[in-house]
Amino acid sequence: MKELLQQVINGLSLGSIYALIALGYTMVYGIINLINFAHGDIYMVGAYVGFAVTTSLHLGFFPSLVISMVVCSILGVIIEKVAYKPIRGSSRIAALITAISVSLFLEYGMMYFVKAETRTFPNVLGKNSLKLLDGSVVIDYKNIYIVAITIILMVALQYIIRRTKAGKAMRAVSLDREAAQLMGVNVDRTISYTFAIGSALAGAAGVLVGVYYTTINPLMGIVPGLKAFIAAVIGGIGVIPGAVFGGLFLGMIETMVSAYGGSLYKDAVAFAILILVLLLRPSGLLGRNIKEKV
Amino acid sequence: MMIELINVNVYYGIIHALKGISFHIDEGEIVTIIGANGAGKTTTLKAISGIQRIKSGSIMFNGKDISKSSATDIVGLGISHVPEGRRIFSNMTVMENLEMGAFLRKDKAEIKKDFNKVFELFPRLLERKNQLAGTLSGGEQQMLAIGRGLMSKPKLLLLDEPSMGLAPIVVKEIFEIIKDINKEGTTILLVEQNANMALQTADRAYIIRNGEIDIEGRAEDLLKDETVRKAYLGG
Ligand SMILES: Nc1ncnc2c1ncn2[C@@H]1O[C@H](COP(=O)(O)OP(=O)(O)OP(=O)(O)O)[C@@H](O)[C@H]1O
Ligand SMILES: [Mg+2]
Repeated sequence: MKELLQQVINGLSLGSIYALIALGYTMVYGIINLINFAHGDIYMVGAYVGFAVTTSLHLGFFPSLVISMVVCSILGVIIEKVAYKPIRGSSRIAALITAISVSLFLEYGMMYFVKAETRTFPNVLGKNSLKLLDGSVVIDYKNIYIVAITIILMVALQYIIRRTKAGKAMRAVSLDREAAQLMGVNVDRTISYTFAIGSALAGAAGVLVGVYYTTINPLMGIVPGLKAFIAAVIGGIGVIPGAVFGGLFLGMIETMVSAYGGSLYKDAVAFAILILVLLLRPSGLLGRNIKEKV
Repeated sequence: MMIELINVNVYYGIIHALKGISFHIDEGEIVTIIGANGAGKTTTLKAISGIQRIKSGSIMFNGKDISKSSATDIVGLGISHVPEGRRIFSNMTVMENLEMGAFLRKDKAEIKKDFNKVFELFPRLLERKNQLAGTLSGGEQQMLAIGRGLMSKPKLLLLDEPSMGLAPIVVKEIFEIIKDINKEGTTILLVEQNANMALQTADRAYIIRNGEIDIEGRAEDLLKDETVRKAYLGG
């Protein structure tokens, strides 16, 4: 029972990180139908920015989180303008190849600058922990930070999407780009906002992972990127609550499989769930199939 | 003249969709464009609202050539395009759809007044203002599309087949409202396949065929015209 509670906390933390990354995949897919395979690498860049800010500038956790989010959002906007915008309207395979190229460019570009070796993230949150149930359940402060920051970011995202003009424009463009244009929405600018926000969330995830798992390297974005993508598909790609649900679901399942079934199986289970969802509910667990009214 | 198209050509790849179209609309008029499927009616509206680039020719709106302006700027200048098939944002509420119509406006107090105007025009939308637009009936969706189009406070309203797929009684209602909107001072370009209703509503009409203006004249004259009756009004 206590062991289970401990694992639930770990699952929530991992799931939060997947959810933050999955949001970027799903938002970009929702608006331009592109699977941005470079998204996991933006998260990697976020981790390195956090690393640089804490080790070179000696700033604390929150400044590094904010700076990383800002840098990643700018990077995301530049990637969209330089790589994806010119091929908008081309075939999906062209878009896919471009996304993979951007991904490789970021991975090996980063390797050129920081070398391939693994770095150890400084412990910026201290070693404090919360002991529950007479000390048999230990909640690391790191876990609390991860979950709390994820919740704050998601509330902020929800606010932006529901209440602000930019957010409404994002929803309108993803529902019907041409109709949004007829309302006067600037589609290019709206796509930029989407990349900025999605990339900022990935940047935050990068810093949180650095803090949580303490090691970072230039290829660290590949597997979590893939997992977050799976999470987005499980939840229903293009559906924002789906990304959050899919991320938490996958994080929880992986943690439980690692704890009780052996960590060797966790990736296999992730893919098995993906295949099951694709077979049984291709639009995702929270996805909707809206039929157009004629 | 409020708007004038001069020798406008539009291509989709190798398809020559508009072949040197010219026409004009005066302020305060209701002008209709009628024609068969694929004649180029929708393309004409898209060219005006800037979501389809023209290959040559010019589109003068209040004396300014807008044929190279962005869709955003054209909305800002006072042209609102209610697209074929309604194209409301199905996953947004009625209210949010109307807000999207006022996207470029900043005059909050005036926007509020215009919400009320739209609700006066379409009381059924008021009852359903917090409902998801996708759950409205076809007629209500058309009302929402028109209301959303009005929220940008247009000088010129482009309507693409507002009667499409609606029951005759609803069509009548919609056309009455179109006349009311015009009486309030909005100039209207009405594209229709329902030639009978369109000619009864409009002041002047253009009949478009294979991307060219075939016949033009006063609507009431065309209603009586033998060739028009045979070809477009079912005898
Ligand atoms: N996006 C497009 N790509 C290629 N061809 C197109 C496109 N849109 C329209 N066309 C072609 O251009 C011509 C004019 O089409 P348009 O939609 O303007 O006709 P319409 O008069 O509005 O017809 P309808 O009454 O059926 O709506 C048609 O031959 C059509 O096939
Ligand atoms: Mg049409």
